[in-house]
Parts: sequence; structure tokens; C-alpha cells
Amino acid sequence: MRRIISVLLENEPGALSRVVGLFSQRNYNIETLTVAPTEDETLSRLTVTTTGSDRVIEQITKQLNKLIEVVKLVDLTEGSHIERELMLIKLKASGSQRAEIKRTVDIFRGQIVDVTSTVYTVQLAGDSDKLDAFIQAVGTTGVLEVVRSGVSGIARGEKVLSI
Amino acid sequence: MELLSGADMLIRSLQDEGIEYIYGYPGGAALHIYDALFRQDKVKHILVRHEQAAVHMADGYARASGKPGTVLVTSGPGATNTITGIATAFMDSIPMVVLCGQVASTLIGEDAFQETDMIGVSRPVVKHNISVRHPSEIPEVIRKAYYIAATGRPGPVVVDIPKDMTTPNERYEYEYPKKVKLRSYNPAIRGHAGQIRKAAEMLLAAKRPVIYAGGGVVLGKASDQLTELAHMLGHPVTNTLMGIGGFPASDKQSLGWLGMHGSYESNMAMHHSDLILAVGARFDDRVTNATEKFCPGARIIHIDIDPASISKTVEADVPIVGPVDSVLKELISLVRESKAKPDKDALKAWWKQIDEWRAFHGMRYEKSDTHIKPQEVIEALHRLTNGDAYVTTDVGQHQMFTAQYYKFNKPNRWINSGGLGTMGFGLPAAMGVKLSYPDDEVICVTGEGSIQMNIQELSTCKQYNLPVKIVNLNNQALGMVKQWQDMNYESRHSQSYMESLPDFIRLAEAYGHVGIRIDRKEDLESKLKEAFAMKDKLVFIDIYVDPHEHVYPMQVARGSMKDMWLSKTERV
Ligand SMILES: Cc1ncc(C[n+]2csc(CCOP(=O)(O)OP(=O)(O)O)c2C)c(N)n1
Ligand SMILES: [Mg+2]
Repeated sequence: MRRIISVLLENEPGALSRVVGLFSQRNYNIETLTVAPTEDETLSRLTVTTTGSDRVIEQITKQLNKLIEVVKLVDLTEGSHIERELMLIKLKASGSQRAEIKRTVDIFRGQIVDVTSTVYTVQLAGDSDKLDAFIQAVGTTGVLEVVRSGVSGIARGEKVLSI
Repeated sequence: MELLSGADMLIRSLQDEGIEYIYGYPGGAALHIYDALFRQDKVKHILVRHEQAAVHMADGYARASGKPGTVLVTSGPGATNTITGIATAFMDSIPMVVLCGQVASTLIGEDAFQETDMIGVSRPVVKHNISVRHPSEIPEVIRKAYYIAATGRPGPVVVDIPKDMTTPNERYEYEYPKKVKLRSYNPAIRGHAGQIRKAAEMLLAAKRPVIYAGGGVVLGKASDQLTELAHMLGHPVTNTLMGIGGFPASDKQSLGWLGMHGSYESNMAMHHSDLILAVGARFDDRVTNATEKFCPGARIIHIDIDPASISKTVEADVPIVGPVDSVLKELISLVRESKAKPDKDALKAWWKQIDEWRAFHGMRYEKSDTHIKPQEVIEALHRLTNGDAYVTTDVGQHQMFTAQYYKFNKPNRWINSGGLGTMGFGLPAAMGVKLSYPDDEVICVTGEGSIQMNIQELSTCKQYNLPVKIVNLNNQALGMVKQWQDMNYESRHSQSYMESLPDFIRLAEAYGHVGIRIDRKEDLESKLKEAFAMKDKLVFIDIYVDPHEHVYPMQVARGSMKDMWLSKTERV
């Protein structure tokens, strides 16, 4: 099953490589990984999406917790949560394609953020499925370049991940 | 407050940490530190002949004393030479601090002379590693390193020290921190009360129980508690290879150790049990054999300080995260106060079954009229040392024979590389023990293959007068490899022979020690006695043992715990 694990990490050099190293060392799989400092500059927040059986996921969270620089973590998929991913996508857009693409972008609530006579650059945020669906909708033949940020997530309601 | 250079702060921190010996080897990036070492006499430095040996020395000391060992090496090759030793300690959860020189911080990343990213190289095999970023941090970094190494599930910690952190003319205020606080590191200090209660009830109700005790009992200094609980319950106890000595081998409740080369009765008892109390053990593949066939009728209580060891390979029914000594203490008082009592009739029947297994196949081997059997050498060692020596081994058949036939009644005396299986471990580990326990008998049981992986340390032994006894079970082969080839590759002995062996006697003499060769059965006892009578001499005892001997029992690959070879021809 796919899981989203959110980690508060000491904002120190080398901390990130420990997390990444753990995944490759123990043969865990990383689908996406995002990391950035938080409002508390001593902490980074890292979000990793991974897949695995319940036993593997349990091991991943336990092994992450063992890293000295991991301050706290939560498996967001255990409760209700919001996940978002940002995509920038460059599409071939000339002639009649332009109106069609514009319509699709509107349906997906995206924005065209850059334009040339032959190319649209589109920005789209949402959960990963929505981004996948958009790519399908525009058809892969027209896609020139895709950049995705990886998933960020946060729990719904009052629950917070903080120290 | 005193002003000290980084190098002096480092050595002062070691003094304040109470470190008596460090083992190491100098080089460019560590020279400021070596100079600081020279200008004091509290911390004593042992100069090894290869950095790997320094780490094994620290490791041997740590296993015998329960306190962290300390290593000091230079950058680059000095640091990379420590890796096998660090990985060995990591796999067996041994506390140690490895201080590595590094090129100046201004040069890092430029492929400077003797630059290696030691933080990166060591990352997968350390509990933690720390790079010093300012000289003034040194006392705190050192305090932290020892704290992390020794608490929770212990392990090695590497400290990387760029040369400019130890410059003599830059001085800073020195104060050794009394306490360390790490918001992200809080090892459990006691187990969950509800879980412990549940465990006590299950233990009292069990009909075919086994206590499966690992290295955590030794590391967690919990053998007394384990023994007390086992006696109260009347349950059989089996140790892992790492747990040997955690429960007295001569106790009648002891089944010996379990797993690949464990005793027949311990593997049988595990397989047929209805309840396993795992204490500080980690269900390693050399214990469980095929996990899907593991102990089908058993429920499992698992006590461990490391939550990640629980339900990693085998699912636990009652997980208890906490220090083994405190959890066992709580179990003892619950069992004592409980109205329920152990099920006497069921246990009696269980012991009857176990005794039948013992009678069918206790630890035994075929004697020979012509050859010295490796097993009988170990039995003789046990007799001659009253079972009271510190015994280190290398890796191979000799290691398994020692574990099987030297009956350890105390913890911390059996010292081997269980998790990584590092050939070359035995001699330096024995040296680390002997240095700190000069009045005790320290034996290294080795093979002619393994001993050559760190034989250069005979020179260190001479320099510091370390009269360990080296017992070389010379079967003229990489015996364990050969055994597998006999069993699985139709005796195609690919690269498992040791041709052109050195004359170990003259080799020992060349290093200034005594060498004794034993190749006749009738000389075994008398020559061993002769060797052990030389209290202040390192004696290299080269014993020609039966080259065809195999280690049995041996679990059948991918089978359950009860599937074993009992000899070259008997399989159960
Ligand atoms: C550093 C290292 N290399 C290779 C091995 C694989 N190995 C395990 S046992 C063994 C043979 C050891 O031979 P010896 O020391 O003579 O012991 P014996 O089995 O003959 O008693 C080997 C090569 C190992 N454990 N460690
Ligand atoms: Mg050999």
C-alpha cells in the first residue's frame, strides 16, 4: 500500500543523506521525497511516499525513528489528511491545440504560467492522481517536459506534527 | 576557565570521560591530536600494526567490560581501514567511539591528500556519526558520542575531526559537559506495564515454554535477572550465539545455544514450544532458519530495547520495548506475587520430552585413535581453565566448536563476531581483553586461515607484553568453507585449501613469543598444560586437528528449526 510519511528532521548537514541512505540500505522504496526547512529553522520537514506491506512500513517508521536526527514522524495515511503535489508541465501548443489545452487546464484548475507561439507552460497542483489524470488528458505526445515536486502532506483537523 | 586547543580539549575530554586506553595509529591529519596525547599520561595509547586491529581491540575490551572502547586513527586509509571493525561492532551492538582525523575543513571536497568522506563511508555501519565543525564543540561532541554509543541499543559512533579543528595555537574555553540532551534520542527506560502483565500471565500458563535469550541479555547486564526468572518459572533456556554466558551453561535448565549449529535439544524445543520468551534477541536468520516454517505452534513475547528488532523477521504477539534488566525485574515480581503458579504437570511432561531429545542426541562427536579432534581440544581448554577464561574466536569451524564445547557460566567471557562473522577478529579482541584484565586467562581460539588476517598484531603483543594464549585449530583448510563445499558442492574444494602455510612456531618466535606445536593425540593435555604454565608469555599453540571434521548439528538450509544434520550421514 502507498503511504505518506512525514518527518521532522534536525536541520543539519548530513541528516537528509542518512534518511535516503536508510531507504537504499534496507531496500525500501522511495516514490517521492520532498524536504524544506520549517518555521522553526532548526527543523526540516521531510515527506516521503513509499509502498510496502504493513510489516515493511512498520520497519520503515521504526528504522527512521532510530536515526538520531529524526525528531518525530507520522504516517499521514493512517488518518485523514491532505496531500498536494505541484507540477510544471511544458506542452506543445500550436494552432487548434491551443484552445483545447486551455480548456483542459481550466477543467483541472491549472494555470498557464508561460507562453510562446508553440509552447504552453502549465502549473498544476493537486494530489498525485490528479496530476497523472491531467497528463493523460492532454495526451503524452504533446508533452515536452514534466517537473513534479513530489508529495507534501498534512493531517486534517487539529492534529499537528510539531515538537 | 581554562583555554585549550582543540587537540588538548579532545584528550582532556577523554580523560574526563574516564577513558584509560585508546587503540590507534597516527598519521598526518591526526598529528595535532597525537601531540596532545604525548603531553599527558592519563590516557594511554596502544599502537597497533593495522587500524582494523585497533577497532577489534576496542571491541574486545567493550565486550568484556561492558564499557565503550575508543579508537584513534588518521584520515583516508587510516579511517577506511577501520570499517570492517566498525561493521563488526555495529552488527553485534558493541559500544565504541572511533575518532578519525580528517583533512582541514578548508580542503574538504577537493580530493586532498588522504581525504575520504568518512561520514559517508561509515554511515551504514554506525549507530551515529558526527563531524566536528568548530574546535569549541569538541567537548560536547565527545560527550555526545559516548552517550549515544553506550545507551539504548549500543553501537559504534564515528567522530570525524578535520585537522584545523585541532590546531595548537587556537584556544577555547574548556568545560566538559555533565549531561547531554538530545531531543531526538530518548531510549526507552522501562517497558509497558500492561504488556509486561500480559507476558507474566502467558508465562505462567505456558505448557511448552522456551526462553530464548540473546546478546541483549549480556549487553543489558541482565543475566542475574534472567537466571532468577528462569528458575522461578522452571522454564528451559536457550541462548543465541551472542547470548552465550547470559545463562549458565552448566545449569540444568540450559539447553545450550540454538540455531544453525545449535544443540539438537534447543532447536527441537523451540520448534515444538507453545510459548517463546525472546529476551534481547533478534530472530536472526542463523537462528530461525526459514521464517515461514519457524516454530508453528508458538506465541511470542519479545523484549528488546530496540523497537525495530521486534517483529522485523518474525511477528511478536506481545512486544515489550524496554531495557531487558528492568523488564525482567518487573516480570520477576509479577510472577512472584501472582496467584497463578506454573503448570507443574505440563512442565514435567515438557522436561521429560526435552530429556528424551537430550538422550537421543546431546552435544557429541566421534573420537578418533589417530587424529586430534577439534572438539576435544576445546574440552581440554575448558578443563584446564576451569571454564573461567575469556575466550575470543575468529570465524569458522573452530568458532562453532568453541561455542559448543566450552561451557560458559558467566556473561562477557565469550567474545566472537557473531553478526558480521569477521575473520581476523580473534587476536586483537583478545589483546583488548588482556590489556584490561591482565590477571585473567585470555585465550584466542583461531584457525590457520583467520589468524593470518591480523597476525601482524603479534608485534603489538610484544610491545605491550600481552601474554594471550593463541590456540590455532590447524585443519590446513578454510574448514567452514570446505564443509559447505562437502555438503553442497560434491566436495569440490574451490579455493578452500591453505597451501604453503607458514611455520607458525618460527613465526611466533620471530615476533619474540613462544610457539608450541601439537600433532600427537597423546601430547595434547601435557603440552597445553605446559603452554598455560607460561603465565607471562604469549604462546602460540599450533594444533594439528582432524582435517575432515564437520560441525554438527547443522540445520538443513531453508528448513524449519527442527530440520538438522546430526552427522555426515544422519538427518532428522
Ligand atoms: C573476512 C572474512 N572473509 C571470508 C569469510 C568467509 N569464511 C567464513 S569461515 C571461513 C574459513 C575460516 O578458516 P579458518 O580460519 O582456518 O577456520 P576453520 O573453519 O578452518 O576452523 C571463511 C573463509 C569470513 N567469515 N570473513
Ligand atoms: Mg582452518
